[in-house]
Amino acid sequence: MTPNELNSPGYDIPEDMKDVVAITTLDKIYNFGRRSSVWPMMFGLACCAIEMIAAQASRYDLARFGMEVMRPSPRQADLMLVAGTVTKKMVPSIVRLYNQMAEPKYVVAMGACASGGGPFKEGYNVVAGIDKFIPVDVYIPGCPPTPQALVYGLMKLQEKIDHQSIKQVRWYQKGPDSVETPVPFLGPDLIDPRRIPEIHAKAAELAAPAAAE
Amino acid sequence: MNTPVLNETLDLAAQFPGLSADTRPGYSGWLVPAEKLTEFATFARDTLGYDLLSSVTAVDYLEQNLFEVVYHAYKTAGGPGLEFKVQIPRQDPASLPSVTPIWPGADFQEREAYDLFGIRFENHPDLRRILMWEGFEGYPMRKDWKEAFYEDETKPFKSRWPEGKHSLAETRAAFGDNVSFPAGFDPEKWTPTDPEELLYASLRKYSAEVKDGIKTDHVLVNMGPQHPSTHGVFRAVAMLDGETVVSLKPVMGYLHRNHEKIGERNTFLQNMPYTDRLDYFNSMYNNWGYSLAVEKLMGIVVPERAEYLRVIMGELSRIQNHLILFGMLWNDLGAYFTPALYAFEERELILDIFEAVSGTRMMCNYHRFGGVVRDVDAASLQKIKGLVFERLPRRVEEMNRLLSENEIFISRMKGIGYLSLEDSIAYSVTGPNLRAAGIPYDIRRAQPYGIYDRFEFDIPVRHNSDLLDRYLIRMDEIQQSLRILRQALQQLPEGPVLTGKPQYQVKVPAGEAYGRVEAPKGELGYYVVSNGKGNPYRYHIRTPSFVNITSLEKMCVGTKIADFVTILGMVDIVLGELDR
Amino acid sequence: MYGQGLLKGLSVTLKRFIATYTDDFKWWGKRYFNADGIAHRSSKDANGIFTVQYPEEKLPTPEEFRYVPFLVYDEGENGEKNIRCTSCGICAKACPPQCIWIVRSSDPNTGRPVPQPAEFYIDADICMNCGFCAEYCPFDAIKMDHDYEIASYGRNVLNKERLMKPASYYAQIRPLNNAREETARAEKAAAKAAKAQA
Repeated sequence: MTPNELNSPGYDIPEDMKDVVAITTLDKIYNFGRRSSVWPMMFGLACCAIEMIAAQASRYDLARFGMEVMRPSPRQADLMLVAGTVTKKMVPSIVRLYNQMAEPKYVVAMGACASGGGPFKEGYNVVAGIDKFIPVDVYIPGCPPTPQALVYGLMKLQEKIDHQSIKQVRWYQKGPDSVETPVPFLGPDLIDPRRIPEIHAKAAELAAPAAAE
Repeated sequence: MNTPVLNETLDLAAQFPGLSADTRPGYSGWLVPAEKLTEFATFARDTLGYDLLSSVTAVDYLEQNLFEVVYHAYKTAGGPGLEFKVQIPRQDPASLPSVTPIWPGADFQEREAYDLFGIRFENHPDLRRILMWEGFEGYPMRKDWKEAFYEDETKPFKSRWPEGKHSLAETRAAFGDNVSFPAGFDPEKWTPTDPEELLYASLRKYSAEVKDGIKTDHVLVNMGPQHPSTHGVFRAVAMLDGETVVSLKPVMGYLHRNHEKIGERNTFLQNMPYTDRLDYFNSMYNNWGYSLAVEKLMGIVVPERAEYLRVIMGELSRIQNHLILFGMLWNDLGAYFTPALYAFEERELILDIFEAVSGTRMMCNYHRFGGVVRDVDAASLQKIKGLVFERLPRRVEEMNRLLSENEIFISRMKGIGYLSLEDSIAYSVTGPNLRAAGIPYDIRRAQPYGIYDRFEFDIPVRHNSDLLDRYLIRMDEIQQSLRILRQALQQLPEGPVLTGKPQYQVKVPAGEAYGRVEAPKGELGYYVVSNGKGNPYRYHIRTPSFVNITSLEKMCVGTKIADFVTILGMVDIVLGELDR
Repeated sequence: MYGQGLLKGLSVTLKRFIATYTDDFKWWGKRYFNADGIAHRSSKDANGIFTVQYPEEKLPTPEEFRYVPFLVYDEGENGEKNIRCTSCGICAKACPPQCIWIVRSSDPNTGRPVPQPAEFYIDADICMNCGFCAEYCPFDAIKMDHDYEIASYGRNVLNKERLMKPASYYAQIRPLNNAREETARAEKAAAKAAKAQA
């Protein structure tokens, strides 16, 4: 961030002090620190993971954005870059990992598969987009998105962080420290605990005409 | 241009009573009655010499009320293969003897046929689901099993045009999402059986020696699916005695994206971009295997220039695959991230060429039936020449100097992960790992496809069959690929690049074809069955990663858990093609 | 000597480290943030720093680059947008994941189909960027875009208005293809005119 962006408008700083003094708001400093060192979680699932690694490699250096620290452990990561197709077998692990991440946490759905199922949407083992289970902040379409598109998406995330305010963020509100997303489990098919009553009703409805026949 | 013959013309029916030739139009091979399968398999391996079992797959012939299990076997001495099939009635339970006692490499492939079709294999050492989870309802690849987002039997769907009002598929599905449950299912009252129970039971079937007379407990360690070193969402469960592995079971299916079911709904051409996503490092080679199989069915000839372009793109793909393998391997070993950055630099330059020629860096979608989609312009050709003649030899030499004599590297790789020559053949290992065990089997020489018989290149072979040899043989292969590229670039003729007019609906006559290519990771085979309609009846992909993993347990038992990571790295798997 | 391999490896990394700066001296300050510098760093002579600093430096996309499709319209005299698409439906049929939805418009009086799309949707969350729609369109109406900066905060279902871009934009991103298609169109028109005269 250049000093001009950091300064709050309306304050007149004399020329000789411009390099030394900045008058800004707590929100701006807080967000500046957070957006300049987002640590992604190494979470490549499929082909998009290769473009994610390529974005981290020497040509499209993510270290210029402060994102070179890719931690496999969710406890040490800020950003879950879901890169690749989300399958039903994998979804319990993904939700569990999301729960284990500490606030503030962000999710970027990279690629068509993570955004909305992608070309494999009709597969019997595919979840049509990770936003069915966890909240997504930025969607990056493409199959796979080129590393430059990924970097653009991450810049959009940085913009989103810039617009957050300490007074309104989720983790400083009163209430429980963290709200855990219930982990889905694998039965005859993937069962989302939040939709159990719905599944029960629909399955009963399907059984009723068969019983009536 | 040669069209390889799949089966020999020797009269097997006379040598082996009970056998009959497959006389369906467009089909080839032999039909074996189920009760004679074990006998015939032993006969084929020992007497006829077909020691490398390449592929085991199943086909659901709903109308004829049959399941058919198709086997492809090859000789490591080279030459055409033997295809034989067993037909069993389509009923529950459907079972036939397993060939795992004869060819242990059939292990995972038979488990896949059980998982997706419900065919039981008697005498299989460990018959459980492999790609789907235990407890999943139904056998998805059967023709009468419909997925939750099912719209029509084949694409194109009628709902897209002319009255194509956009609607999300979720709104049309019965349960509002891509899930389906049996009628009357009550999730609150349903008690789950532990899906891991069978896995742990099979894990405990080992015998470990009692050292020093002290009986110790064994620790169960779960590695993955979220793991920095497993090259994707791959999970391995290991039983450890201290640090030594006594038993190890791979668990897959975390990236099972249903290529084969979706492939049956797609038309033949629509499958081409999906093949890109199998081994997502080598999309040029995946396309080639598929177009080879369909071109065999259609009987069309590819023009000369297109053949040369296919070879050029394929060999560039091989070089960047091996470079990436080196980079990722060194990441696993701990040299994070320098050799990977060097490898990625060369790869980026090769991907620039792919981007200029085909349109994208990774999912190239470059091959069509009868050639390639467009020609290479002069600027890209100049770039390729610059890379092949000047830059790549120097940079690969530099990587060699950087890494291959490193003492830490040698102490971690030498003598580890040994798999004997006989075991390599028996476990259906193909690709550089087979050649590192001492067998010079390369499909480009054994059963040439395209124009590979015109180039002068050697098949590198090493004999120690440990990790160091598997690493060094890939260095040798890069040199041979550069050699092929130099010859191809010099011999590149002018001419058209596609036979016939571009069509999005191709007519493929009925029959079956098995198109196999020497992909950088091993043998990549596409088994395509057509019944004359616009979409494949059965579309099976024999991927090298899936079959090479069969030998993982054998290589890892007795080594330390830290070595498991390097052994897995050198098997060279990609999850996109392992799980399909 | 034990350790020789390690020293050899370290000498390679040292050479690369020095090369990072020698190239800087050769180019003397004009190496970054211009097209020549980017071209040099993407060529076979690239030595030392390989980074292309997005977003200040953008790698030029080659002509054949394909991302999400767009619909081409010709600009009329009064600024009207004459969309080339006739809603023949071939792109919807050729699309492998079936991400194109077209509603063909019909004449309100007679009910017969009019070669114009009433609605045209592409679900970019399904599109696999394969390029079949552009490859098999007989009217050069749908082409693959070069714009990869389309990340957003919500799902991406693109409707007809979002998809329409002018033919001048197409000529700018794909000049060779456009020239080839223009000559083919001109030849066809000339042949038709000649036949009409005869």
